[in-house]
This record gives sequence, structure tokens and C-alpha cells, in this order.
Amino acid sequence: MTDQSRIRNFSIIAHIDHGKSTLADRLLERTGAITEREMREQMLDTMDLERERGITIKAQTVRLRYKANDGHEYTLNLIDTPGHVDFSYEVSRSLAACEGALLLVDAAQGVQAQTLANSYLAIEAGLEIVPALNKIDLPAADPDGAAAEIVGILGGDPSDVVRISAKTGVGVEELFEQLVEKVPAPGGDPNAPLRALVFDSYYDAYRGVVCYVRVVDGELRDGDLIRFMATKEEHPANEVGVLTPRSVEVAKLGPGEVGYLITGVKEIDQIKVGDTVTTAANRATEALMGYEEPKPMVFSGLFPTDGDDFERLREALEKLRLNDASLVYEPETSKALGFGFRAGFLGLLHMEIIRERLEREYDLDLVATAPSVAYELVRTDGSESTIRSPQDLPDPSEIQSISEPYVRAMIITPSEYIGTIMELVTNRRGEVGNMHYLTPERVELTYHLPLAEVVFDFFDNLKSRTRGYASLDYETEGYRESDLVKVDILLNGMPVDAFSAIVHRSAAQDYGRTMVDRLRKLIPRQMFDVPIQAAVGSRIISRETVKAKRKDVLAKCYGGDVSRKRKLLEKQKEGKRRMKMVGSVEVPQEAFVAALQVDD
Amino acid sequence: MDTPPAHPGTAEHAAGLRSAYVHIPFCARVCPYCDFAVVGGEDGRISDYIDAVIAEIAMEPQWHQLDAIFVGGGTPSRIPTDQMRRVLDALAVRFGIAEGAEITLEANPEDWTQEHSDSLAEMGFNRVSFGVQSFDPVVLVSLGRLHTPTQATESVGVARASGFGSVSVDLIYGHPVETETSWVDTLNTAIEVAPDHVSTYSLTVEPGTELWKQVRSGAPAPDSDIQADRWEQTADLLGRAGYIRYEVSNHARPGHACRYNLSVWGQGEYLAFGMGAHSYRDGVRSRRVRRLDTYIERMRSGIGPIQSSDIIEGWNAELERLMLGLRRTAGVRTGEGGAALLASPQGHRLIEAGVLEVADDRLVAAKPLLTDEIIRAVLDLDAPPS
Repeated sequence: MTDQSRIRNFSIIAHIDHGKSTLADRLLERTGAITEREMREQMLDTMDLERERGITIKAQTVRLRYKANDGHEYTLNLIDTPGHVDFSYEVSRSLAACEGALLLVDAAQGVQAQTLANSYLAIEAGLEIVPALNKIDLPAADPDGAAAEIVGILGGDPSDVVRISAKTGVGVEELFEQLVEKVPAPGGDPNAPLRALVFDSYYDAYRGVVCYVRVVDGELRDGDLIRFMATKEEHPANEVGVLTPRSVEVAKLGPGEVGYLITGVKEIDQIKVGDTVTTAANRATEALMGYEEPKPMVFSGLFPTDGDDFERLREALEKLRLNDASLVYEPETSKALGFGFRAGFLGLLHMEIIRERLEREYDLDLVATAPSVAYELVRTDGSESTIRSPQDLPDPSEIQSISEPYVRAMIITPSEYIGTIMELVTNRRGEVGNMHYLTPERVELTYHLPLAEVVFDFFDNLKSRTRGYASLDYETEGYRESDLVKVDILLNGMPVDAFSAIVHRSAAQDYGRTMVDRLRKLIPRQMFDVPIQAAVGSRIISRETVKAKRKDVLAKCYGGDVSRKRKLLEKQKEGKRRMKMVGSVEVPQEAFVAALQVDD
Repeated sequence: MDTPPAHPGTAEHAAGLRSAYVHIPFCARVCPYCDFAVVGGEDGRISDYIDAVIAEIAMEPQWHQLDAIFVGGGTPSRIPTDQMRRVLDALAVRFGIAEGAEITLEANPEDWTQEHSDSLAEMGFNRVSFGVQSFDPVVLVSLGRLHTPTQATESVGVARASGFGSVSVDLIYGHPVETETSWVDTLNTAIEVAPDHVSTYSLTVEPGTELWKQVRSGAPAPDSDIQADRWEQTADLLGRAGYIRYEVSNHARPGHACRYNLSVWGQGEYLAFGMGAHSYRDGVRSRRVRRLDTYIERMRSGIGPIQSSDIIEGWNAELERLMLGLRRTAGVRTGEGGAALLASPQGHRLIEAGVLEVADDRLVAAKPLLTDEIIRAVLDLDAPPS
């Protein structure tokens, strides 16, 4: 067990690409946690997808030994947090396990919205913030400007902001010293009943669920019968250890220490992140903090392109859920797309990640319907329900009111883009909240927006309007009643369920027009004219026609050609087989995919 | 030989004709749209090639007398008459040629002198098919053709003077440089020249051709809606001039439908000789190697020219019967395959869309320009449980 006064628990708050992983690598190297030979770039991001996107999805944690200038050896527990708003619950649990946070900002890019949101979370959690500017060696770096922004948010003095280059190692030593100096040693009573916070968990095929824990009071001992206070489940502590970053078994963990706990539990959702671990024999009376069930905010239908892959999709989702209790799904049937699942996600990034993992790791070809949110519906008979799919929305005559989730969106942008962002937000039914200048050139804008508007290509739009300079973060802020309607898209008179959407009445025309236009370009000409219509109830709000094709015959078919022509026609036929029939209209799979893409 | 039926496209009886195809691959140069087995600037190999063809004819097992011979290319009119005579003689010696047989060669107008024409007629050819393609000089140049409109007009007269009993011209429509007027003028000129048979083909961008490369690097591609317009104009103009459209791309005066082709569309058997040529005999369709050197070498060494063969039997043959027959104006006998089509969802769809019609136990492509929609549905049919 380590001397409590020589422990420093901290996490790193940084925007994507601001160098968190590179800095973590320097830490691992500097403290000898791994040798250079073992060093892979960005050691802490272990999932391929994380590595590729430069983001962290699952929190990682590592224990480091650092010999400080005062001559003492310190234990530094780096508790890495997911960098994205979708995982803000996970972020808050990770932060709760720390006394300090290292705020890492790219000196060329300045503070970004996500960093800001996570900094606020850290401040709320009472953490000591150690600010640092990274990439000071870049030609485009503006350390003074970025330092001024940080001071604008945290207060303090610009000279307190450490300037480093994680890549070259410049300033890293000074940063360690600052961490040791500024981050408080953990408190906690070694003699009190055990209280340890579960701040993350993952599923390991051999060992079952592995919990990451931070001990607050008492001791977590190998072999003790432990109790999860929220779930009231009791299990033996089969293994207790620390991460260096390899798992190393220890006999016990004391106050302030961070490590892992294995209990033999096999299902990830039996362990609640945020729960408090105590001992069955000597129970603590008060849990450290409550936990929340993960709440999916964004929903999308996932359908295999090849109907035969339905079972494989089910298995893949089951496997992903082993490690991600926030992923929820239920079977869904679409007339156009066949059998699939309606899945709920924490946010857009979470959705994208799951989709990509399904396609890459499980080699599935998927069609995903446009993301939607959960609506709260009150029927004329007074009954209430939640609507997660446009298909579930009843006839307008049965609806008394519909409410939709709103978010508080934070945007940080160079001030020259305020006008165009205003325009975007207004188009998306947003209300202006607040405007706060971080520096004369950079401003933080706060808006209230329907989540549905944010999930529908808002971020891409924001990025293109600001040439990539604006950053966005959001948090949910309850439901508001809205004038919402369902728009159906009809092909040759047949509604295509996959294209139905719940939209604000004022946007119905636009949505209808857009979908009808897209489909007109995507649906190949058929043997007959195909009308494409958008409708609200029985009212047609937009219409186009795919004119009948006129010529589909080979010029020649003679003795010398028969085999070749037949092969050609057979090949065309195979292409046709991959089409889905909507009534009598043949729709290529790609048309569904393309029409559902929101990157216009 | 029977008298051809009143409507040549019916021609189910043509299935009984015995034909032979001979491929002459030589051309002055390869046209940019052509994807046949052809060679340009290889005239030095003509003699070796004809030796190989004659060897192949000699190797072919004994068969029936021939009711139709079709010498296609390439440019058959390009080889010396004595070489052509060797080919016809070899066929006559090996199989015999029936009284009144249709003996066709393809020819380019620029090769067609009176002397050449006379000697081909004298050796037994009674049908010639000219690669005219267009009477518009701009279109001709764009198609990479080497003759002038005048040469094309004259060649028909020359053939008539030699006594050719049936003269055909091939035309190509839908090149991006072609205008509506240009095409109508071409048709009217063709009608004035008064051939017995006119084939009209929509310009097609075949993969690997020069045209395909041009289109891939941004040159305008033929427009299928414009080609549909042209096809309709063609049927109308030629129809009014007394030509009956008996297949998607073929029009003939009564009695002048090409019997060799009718035989192919009726699933009749045909022998084939020469590189890249396909034969269909005893239910086996065989493809010959497509390269000039390989073909000659294989014949010299006695390996034989066949590259691969398909057995066409049972349900497969039934579907092919429909595939070939549906291109004819008269359509095809319904049969087992047609019944399966009519019972399928795709069949219903085709009938509903007015693309397919059933009349007197025959299936007919009511919209000939959409025939491939029907054929794909045919090729998708499963054999009925036996």
C-alpha cells in the first residue's frame, strides 16, 4: 500500500487531437511504466477505432511511479476519460475518482467546446485544474492567446499555464512537478468501512467483468466478500490489482488508491458504473454517489443489407453490449428494409462508433435509418407514451401533444462566425442563450435547441459554415412541447417506412422536398413512371416523377454473341436481385443508404 | 428450301436450318466502337489464317448440307477472292451446300469494286451486307469509317449489277455528333438506294474499346433517350417504305430476312470456323480462341481452336429459347419457360407495365426497346419441380 500523501490522482481533459494520448505516452515512458521497445504509439487508446479517430471511448487507467524534485517517489494515477460529450456520464464518474485534472489545450487551436464542458464538470467536482498548453513547437501556435483563453475560463495568471510539447518532451518535466505540487493528496480514512467508487468496467472473455475502482475509505482486500451498495449484490473479491498498465495483482488497495476488482460477475449490466463497493462484513452506511442508468438519447434503425445477416447482426450487438451497457436495442421490422433492430445511443458519436464497429469488427453491411430522438406523446385519451420510431406515431387525430428533448448547446468559435452560426441556429429552431467572449477574437455561445435538430447534420453544417473552427458540445435540458408532424415518403403510392420522419411542422415541406429530390436522383428509371411523394397524413406536400426508362435492350445478339450477351444479362440480373421491391418499384440498396445519409 | 413465312419473324421453322459461320477478322484498322474479334494492319497473315480455317473445316465432323453460310468479320471483303474461294470450296467439299442456300458476306463499301463484286457473286455468294453505318460524312468520320457516302451508295448498285439477289446495309444511330436530321437523311438515303434488308444498331459503348476509353475520359456518351427516339423514327420511316422490322435491330422486305440469323434466334444449330467464332452443335456451344496468333498456332499444331464449351440443355436451353426468341417481332412460343414466367411475380409486373404481351400462345415484347427487362426476368426463372 502506498503512503496516501504521495498519491496524486488526476485525469487529462483535452479536445480530440490536442495531444492527450501523446502526452500519456510521454508519461508512460518517463516513469518507466513501459520500455521504449514496448511502446506503441498512443499506448492508452487500445481500440483500433479509438486509435484512428484519436479519441478515447473507454476510460483507461494507469499507475505511474515518479521521482519528484523534492526527492520523494510519488504514485501518479492517470485516469483517462472519454473525451466526448456522448459519454459525459462516464466522464463525471472518472472525474469523481480524481483530485485533479490536467487541462491540455492545443496552443494553435485554443480552447474547444468539449474541453470547456469537461472543465466545468471538473470544476463542479471540486478538482484542482492544472492547465497546460501543448504543441508550442508548432509554427501556428499562439501560446499567449490560448493562455489568455484559459485564464478567461479558470481565472488565475497566464504564467501559471505550463507550456509543453508532448511530442518533443519540452516542458513535460515541469508539468509533472506542477501535478505533484498542485493536485492535492487524497483524503480518506484507512480505518473506516470500505468505500470504493466503481468508475468504469469492461468485459473480459476470460475474467468476466473487470471493475475499475478508486478506494476512498478503508481497504479493498483480495478475498473479502464485497457488497455493491446500489445493486445490493454480494460477491467475493476474486482478484484485486493495479494497472501499470498491465494488470498486477496486489493484496489490497487503500484510501486514494486506484486499481481493478474482479468478482466473477459475467454480465456487464450487473455492475453499475457509479456504484460504491463496501465489504459485506463491515458495511459502510453511506454510498459515495448515486449512479444513473445510461439514457439513450438518439435512436436509429439498423438493418443488414443482406437479410440473411440478421442473426449475425443480433450476435454482434449482443457482443458489443457485453462491454457497453449504454447500448440498447430491440428488434424492428421495416417493409422496405426487412428485419433489423432499433438501437438507442448516448449520442451521435456513440451511434457512429457502434455502427462502425459493427461494420468493421463484425464485417456487416448495414443500412441505418436517419437518427431520431425519443418523443413524449400524450394521446387524446390522456395516456402517455414514449415514441422512438416514426412508425410508432399514431394518427394526428389521436394526438393531444408531443414533446421533444431540448439541449443546451455550447459553441466556441472565432467571433467572425457569430453571424452565420446565429443563422444556422435560428434555422434549427434554436434560441439564443448567452454570449461570452473568452478573448476579443473567440467567443462562447450558448443556445437552446431541440436535440432532433442537433442530431440531424447540425455538426457538419456548423463545421462547414465556420471552416472547421467552431466546436460544439451539448447537454440535455428536458422536454418541451412542439408542433411536430410525421412526414411519409411514398414511392408509386406506397409509403416507405424507412424514410418516414417526425419533424417540426415548419420543416415538413423542406424535409419532404429534400427526400423527394434525393430519391428522384437515386431511384433508377423503371418500366413505368414512378411518382415520388412526400405526405403529411393524406396531404401531399411534394412530388416528383422518375420517368419511365425508354430503352433497355442490347443492340445485337447474334450467333457469335449469344454466350457473351447471356452472361452480360445474367450479371445485370444479379444486380437486380440485390434490389428491394417497394410495391412494384425496384430500389437499389445503395439508394436507401444514400437517401438516409444526412451529409448534404 | 421452304418459302419463308409471311411474317419472317415467326420463323420457328428456321430452327431446322443448318448454317455455318466463318469469321474473317482482318480490317484496314479497328473502328473505335468495335469489340469483335478483329485485327487491323495484319493483312500479311491472311494466307496463314485461311489455311488454319480450312484445316478447321476439315477437322469438323461430318454434318448436314448447309442451308446458310455467313462470312462475317472483321471485313471479309478485304481478303483476296482466291482465298475466299478456298473457304467456300472447303465448305462445299466437307458438308455440301444445299440448293438455294443463303450465302452471305459482310463487306465494306471502300473495298467493293465491280470486279471484286462479280467474282464473289460468281463463286456463289448471293447476299451481301454492307457496313454503311451512316450517309453523313461527319458521323462516318466520328465512327472511324474509311469510306464516303458516295462509295456506300455506289456499292449497292455494283452488287446489284453483279447479280446479288439480296443486299443489306448496316446503319448505326445515336452517336453524340449525330443530329435528328442527319439520322433521318441517312434513313431516307438508304431507302432511296433500296437495299432488301436494313440493320440499324444503336451505338453501344463496349468495355475496352477506344470509344469506351474516350467516354471514360470525358467524351460525351450516347444518350439512351435519344437512341429511343431514333429507334422509333427508324421503325416508322422504314415501315412506311415497305421494310418489316422482324427483330429489335433488323428490317427486311418480305422474303429477305436473314435466314442465318433467323436460325440462330430460333435456336437452330450452326457450325463456326475462325478465331473468336462460336458454334452450336448437338447442344454444345463452343467458343474459339480469340487471338489471331493463338488460333493459327493451335490449328498448325493440331490442338484445335476450342477455348471453352457450354452444354445448353434442359431448363437452360428452354430459357435460352425465350431469350433469343423474344428479340423477334413475332415473339416466341410460350412453352414451359414462358408459362413459368407468366406465373412469376416478375411476369405479372412485365404484363402490368405493358412490356410483355401474350397472344396465341406466344410471348411478345410489346415494348421492344425494353426487351432486356423481360430477358432478365426469364434468366431468373427456376426450373419447375420435375
